[in-house]
Amino acid sequence: MLDNVLFYFFAGLAVASAVLTVTRRNAVHSAIFLITALLATAGIFLQLRAEFLFIVQIILYVGGIMVLFVFVIMLVNLDVAVRQIQFARQKWVALVVALALAAQVGLMFWSSGKMPGQGLPVQTAVAADKLLPNSEELAKSLFSTYLLPFEIASVLLLVAMIGAVVMAKKRTYRSDASD
Amino acid sequence: MLPIENYLFLGLALFIIGVVGVITRRNVIVVLMSIELILNAVNINLVAFSRLYGDVAGQVFALFIIADAAAEAAVGLGIIIAFFRNRETVLEDEMDLLKW
Repeated sequence: MLDNVLFYFFAGLAVASAVLTVTRRNAVHSAIFLITALLATAGIFLQLRAEFLFIVQIILYVGGIMVLFVFVIMLVNLDVAVRQIQFARQKWVALVVALALAAQVGLMFWSSGKMPGQGLPVQTAVAADKLLPNSEELAKSLFSTYLLPFEIASVLLLVAMIGAVVMAKKRTYRSDASD
Repeated sequence: MLPIENYLFLGLALFIIGVVGVITRRNVIVVLMSIELILNAVNINLVAFSRLYGDVAGQVFALFIIADAAAEAAVGLGIIIAFFRNRETVLEDEMDLLKW
């Protein structure tokens, strides 16, 4: 019962604030509603007993990435941007793509209902304590089975850091640089 | 946990909202935010299946996707700042330097 209430609360919050994110004119309002959507997603993670991802979502997304977004919105000229047209003339393209995606997933559910044994294989979840303690299980898997992807992710983050610094750096042209 | 279909529909809804945002918005910063929404929708699916099968691999992959999203946001926003310094705009249909 509590599971149902929590899921529908967070799901409704996530969908509503996602819709507001893509429809608000002001980019700051979009950012604030995106923060709400990300927090609601964190609630969904907690409802799925993924405590470590819940904390990571809040610290990294809400605390890190969104601060970056708000900083960039502050750096670029907002006053001019608000008064311009915010939506490109691609409403029909968006509608077609959304309908195609929805139709694909609807077809999947329809066919899984029609043909027994070909749908989603397991319908009932395993016991809730299978993945506990969550951080410990995650760390065991991350540092044994997925050690190589973990190291590659660290290289990726290093490259992204260098790339972001190079991109955002102010170009200074010195007169003695003759190359 | 609720039946898996609930989580899949939630992920689908967030994904579609994100795609519509990417296609319709002109402001590049909001387009990047929509991409974050899409990545989040994928994360919900991964964590839901991880809970369904009792396998922690889904959560590990969700962690990698979050790291990817951080890298993408940092580089993307760096590009936006560099572009805004040169062209004084953040609207994507004015970024037509390579257009015929």
